[in-house]
Amino acid sequence: MGTPSATVPAAPDVRRGRRRPGEAAIKVLLAVAAVVSIATTTGIIASLAVPTVEFFEEVSIGEFLTSAKWTPLFADKNYGILPLLIATLIVTAISVVIAIPIGLGSALYLSEYASARMRKLLKPILEILAGIPTVVYGFFALLFLNPILRSLWPGGEKPDFQNMLIAGIVMGIMVVPTVASLAEDAMSAVPGALREGAYALSSTKMQVATRVVFPAALSGIVAAVVLGVSRALGETMIATIAGGLRVADIVVNPTQMASTMTAYIAGAGQGDLPVDSLEYLTIFAVGSTLFVFTFILNAISIRLVRKFREVYE
Amino acid sequence: MIKSGRVRLLVAAAAVVTAAALTACSSDNNGSNAGSGNKELAGDILVDGSSTVGPLTKAAASLYAEEQPKVNATVGISGTGGGFKKFCNGEIDISDASRPIKDEEKTACTGKSISYTELIVANDALTVAVNKDVDFTDCLTVAQLKKIWEPGSKVNNWNQVDAKFPSKPLKLFGAGTDSGTFDYFTEVINGKAKASRTDYSPSEDDNILVQGVAGTSGAMGYFGFTYFEENTEKLKALQVDGGAGCVGPSIETAQNNTYKPLSRPLFIYISKAASGKEHVRDFVDFYIENIDEVVKAAKFVPLTAAQKTTLKSEFEAFKA
Repeated sequence: MGTPSATVPAAPDVRRGRRRPGEAAIKVLLAVAAVVSIATTTGIIASLAVPTVEFFEEVSIGEFLTSAKWTPLFADKNYGILPLLIATLIVTAISVVIAIPIGLGSALYLSEYASARMRKLLKPILEILAGIPTVVYGFFALLFLNPILRSLWPGGEKPDFQNMLIAGIVMGIMVVPTVASLAEDAMSAVPGALREGAYALSSTKMQVATRVVFPAALSGIVAAVVLGVSRALGETMIATIAGGLRVADIVVNPTQMASTMTAYIAGAGQGDLPVDSLEYLTIFAVGSTLFVFTFILNAISIRLVRKFREVYE
Repeated sequence: MIKSGRVRLLVAAAAVVTAAALTACSSDNNGSNAGSGNKELAGDILVDGSSTVGPLTKAAASLYAEEQPKVNATVGISGTGGGFKKFCNGEIDISDASRPIKDEEKTACTGKSISYTELIVANDALTVAVNKDVDFTDCLTVAQLKKIWEPGSKVNNWNQVDAKFPSKPLKLFGAGTDSGTFDYFTEVINGKAKASRTDYSPSEDDNILVQGVAGTSGAMGYFGFTYFEENTEKLKALQVDGGAGCVGPSIETAQNNTYKPLSRPLFIYISKAASGKEHVRDFVDFYIENIDEVVKAAKFVPLTAAQKTTLKSEFEAFKA
């Protein structure tokens, strides 16, 4: 089988073949397509950086990072990012707590336990969930889930009309398909021989799933989780609608409302801010902070993916 | 953002259709001063001033753009004071103002020999609305509102507002911090624009405020009167005692200026030099002629018939 028979003509060297102008044109088009994303990223960084530098000419980085009040749009102005930062971290943390178990659980089920027919039914439904616009999730959280949460709340002070808890929960639900779909791909890509080898050593299905498939797919799973966290961190409409726009003080109680960084940007951007005022520049300072966060997160994810990668022949 | 973009697109589309229909109908109108007929004008109109009046002039400008697409009106929002500063320096054609011109601003205008006219284009009224379960009071004084809303206020229960009120948590909703409504409310209640307690629930979306007040026990919020008017079955409006007894918000009390201090007239100022330019004069004529639609689009309280007559005659006299 391995050696080709003598009657088969040698494959022509594609690279030395006659020139085809169509191919050259396509190469250029493809290169342009690749450059567009680089150019966009550069453009975004530049358009964030210039106003951010202008902002920090007027506000010290020390105040920005340490002040516990963010009130650039009030008469008494303070420029501390902490209230927005803490709200962002709380909402993201809640969404991760929801998204990881549900996302990885459904990935494990789809990849290891579900029958072929069940998978055929479930995967498209999961992907429909990923296609729902986030503004719909936002109003779903605000007008449907939050009233239920408030009516079921056991005693004490009920959650606010808008609050970080409901925003985080719904953001978690929004992220589930991303995590589940990517993690399931990673698990399905684990070679069947590995599973069969484990069964041959009398492993149970559970052991195969958790001790063989899961570690083997860890690189892809980590990538799925980090992508999910990034999406939650950058999510805007749910945070704006369900989490609220209260920006001024640090709020740690998730049943109260507080504005994430993205919600502040959206809220301030909707209003009547005069362009080039310091108030307007705050939008870019917050945007840059958010950018730094997602950048760090992506760097970590690349590290982790490399670290956990397992290569199978 | 996506949502509002689409809505705007729809509104714009509707405006195009309406404008087309209107021009079709009004071609054989007597059209005394409704724009300069079919003549195409071109040029820039520079407007600046109050962030409250800004949306009104913007609404007029976008309607006008359907008729005269080559006239480009730019509406800035530097605030009433900022607008007058530029206006009396001859930098802009029209100044949007949420209060009459002050004496020192008049002096500045006189110094640059800029003569102008003042036109009232709409009535503004804010409503202090509460949840329907706030049944123990119908009226608050301005001092009580200030006690609730002033910077650093720790009032979070109705019994702190008035000892006679029962103990009930007071949850606060209000305008977003960069809206004209926020500036206006803080100015007349707390004495300084943008001076406010910071721990309330702000939203730029008045519908969310309506939902929040309607859905939260003991809640209070403030927003433009027209939003209350559309939701009277969900909310209760408080009367406000500005020193002359309790008055509730309504179109009448806003128009006759008895709902104080939360109602006020809104102005535009036009300089003599600007009204000498044909395209600016035509725009103001259009603004005045279509004032009902403009006011409705920007969600303010309409002018009374008498106010409209005054508006018309004053500009007629000024441009003559």
